[in-house]
Amino acid sequence: MLLLQIDTAFIIEKILLITVILLGSLGIAMYLTWAERKVAAVMQDRIGPARAGIFGLLQPLADGGKLFFKEEIIPDRSTRTLFILGPALAMLTALMTSAVVPWGPDITLDNGSVISLQVADISIGILFIFGVVSLGVYGVMLGGWASNNKFSLLSSIRAASQAISYELAMGLSLVAVLMMTGSLSLREIVEQQHGFWDGYFTWNFFKQPLGFLIFLICAFAELNRAPFDLPECESELNMGYHQEYSSMKLGFYLFAEYINLFVSSAVIITLFFGGYNFPFMDKVAGAASPIVFSLICVLIFLTKIICCILFFMFIRWTLPRFRYDQLMRLGWKSLIPLALFNMVVTGAAILWIFK
Amino acid sequence: MSTYEILFWFLTVMALSCALGVILSRNPVNSVLFLIATFFAISGHYVLMNAQFLAIVNIIVYAGAIMVLFLFVIMLMNLNADTEPQKNRLVQFAGVISGGALFLVVLAALRTSSVNMLEQSPTDIGLIKNLGKTLFTQFVLPFEISSVLFLSAMIGAVVIGKKEEATTTPNP
Repeated sequence: MLLLQIDTAFIIEKILLITVILLGSLGIAMYLTWAERKVAAVMQDRIGPARAGIFGLLQPLADGGKLFFKEEIIPDRSTRTLFILGPALAMLTALMTSAVVPWGPDITLDNGSVISLQVADISIGILFIFGVVSLGVYGVMLGGWASNNKFSLLSSIRAASQAISYELAMGLSLVAVLMMTGSLSLREIVEQQHGFWDGYFTWNFFKQPLGFLIFLICAFAELNRAPFDLPECESELNMGYHQEYSSMKLGFYLFAEYINLFVSSAVIITLFFGGYNFPFMDKVAGAASPIVFSLICVLIFLTKIICCILFFMFIRWTLPRFRYDQLMRLGWKSLIPLALFNMVVTGAAILWIFK
Repeated sequence: MSTYEILFWFLTVMALSCALGVILSRNPVNSVLFLIATFFAISGHYVLMNAQFLAIVNIIVYAGAIMVLFLFVIMLMNLNADTEPQKNRLVQFAGVISGGALFLVVLAALRTSSVNMLEQSPTDIGLIKNLGKTLFTQFVLPFEISSVLFLSAMIGAVVIGKKEEATTTPNP
C-alpha cells in the first residue's frame, strides 16, 4: 500500500534516531534524580543515597519501582479525564522539544549517503521550541485544576502566570541572537559557531553575554526550579500542583521536570555555547573517520550539557526562593527592559559597526 | 490519494469536529481544550500551505498565550456544567434567528462566488525569509500602522488596569 509516498529507509532512520533520543533522555533524566540528591548531599555535607548499589547508583530504579507499585488514587470529586491528561501532557511537551536539537554533525558515509543526527531540521527551529514551551504549561494547569484542591489550583495559576511572564523576556533576549545569526534554524546557528577561535570567539556566549544571562534566568523560571520554584513551594502550598497525584502519575510530573532540565540545557548549549563544536575540531575531523568524529562531537555536546545541568543544581541548592511579587517584578520590570535594551544595542552594532 | 490529500482531509475533519466540540460541550474547560485542538488543526493547514511561520506563530500566540489566559479566567470563575444559567425562551429564539440569518448570508455569498481549488504546489511566500521581506518592503505601511494599533491597545490596557488614584485622602 503506497499511501504515504515517503522513502522507507528515511522513515526507519528517523524512527531509530527518535528511539535513541527518547530512551537517552529518559535514561539521563532518571540519573538526574540521583545526581540531584548527590549534589544536594555534597553541598550540605551529607552522604546522600548510598544503600542501593555502589554510590547509590541503583537508587533511580528503586524509586521507579516504588512509584510503579504504589496505589493509584484518583480523587472522588476530580475531573477524571483531565486529571489523567495533565501528567500525559506534561510528559509529551517535555519530550517534544528534543526533536529540533542537532545532536551532532552530519555523518557522510563512504557510499555518499548522509546520516543526519537531528530529527527535523526545520527552518523555524527556535520558534518550534517556543511553541512547545508555551504549551508545557497546560500539563500543570490542567492537572492542578482537575485535582479539585485549592492548593493545586493556586499552584497551577502561579505556574501559568510565571511561565507567561518569563516567556516574553526569553523571546526578546533571543531576538538579539537571531539578529546576529540571521537564521531560525538550530543547525545553522550551531554551524555559525564552528570551532572556538576564528580570529574572534565564535560562540554566541561571547557575543551576547547579556542575552545569555537573561535567557538563563528565564530558563530557571520556565523550569520551575529554585530560586523560582514558586508553583511547588512546600511552605506555602504543601506540594503544589501534584498534591493529589500518586503512583506513576506523580512520577510523570517529577520525571517531566528532569527531562525539561536536560532538554533546556541542550537548547542553552546549542544557542550560546556552540552545541557540538569544540576547539581544534578541524584537526580532529582530519585525523578521525567521520563516524568517530561524529561520536566525539556528540560526547562533547553531552559533556557540555552535563556541566550546564550541574550549574542548575548548584544554583538550586545555593539560593533561597523568591517571593511571588519579587518574581513578577524581576520578570516584568527588570528582564524585559533589559532584553529590549540588549536588542537595540545589538541592532545598532550590526547596523553601524559590523556592516 | 496522495499524502497531501490524506493530511488535508484528516486536518479538515479534525478542525470541524473540534470546532463543533467547542460549542457543544457543557464544561467550559473542555470547550477551551477543543478550541486549542482546533488551532492545532488550522496550524496543520498552514504547514500544508508551506506557511510554517504562520503555523508556529498561530500556536505560540493563540494556543500558548491567549488560551492559557482563557483557561485562567474559567478556572478562577469555577464554572461547572450544573451551575450554567438556563436562558429563557425568548433569548434562545433570538439566538436561533440571528444565527440562521448569518448562515443564510454566508450561504448566499458562497453560492455566487467561484471557489478556486487550492493549488497543489504551494508558494514560498509563507517561509519566514520571504514573509519578512514582503512585510517590510511591500506592506510596510499597513504593518507599521497595525503595530501602532497594538501599542495603543497596550497603553489602554495599562490605563484601565492601573489603580484609581485616591481622590479623597484617607483618615490618618
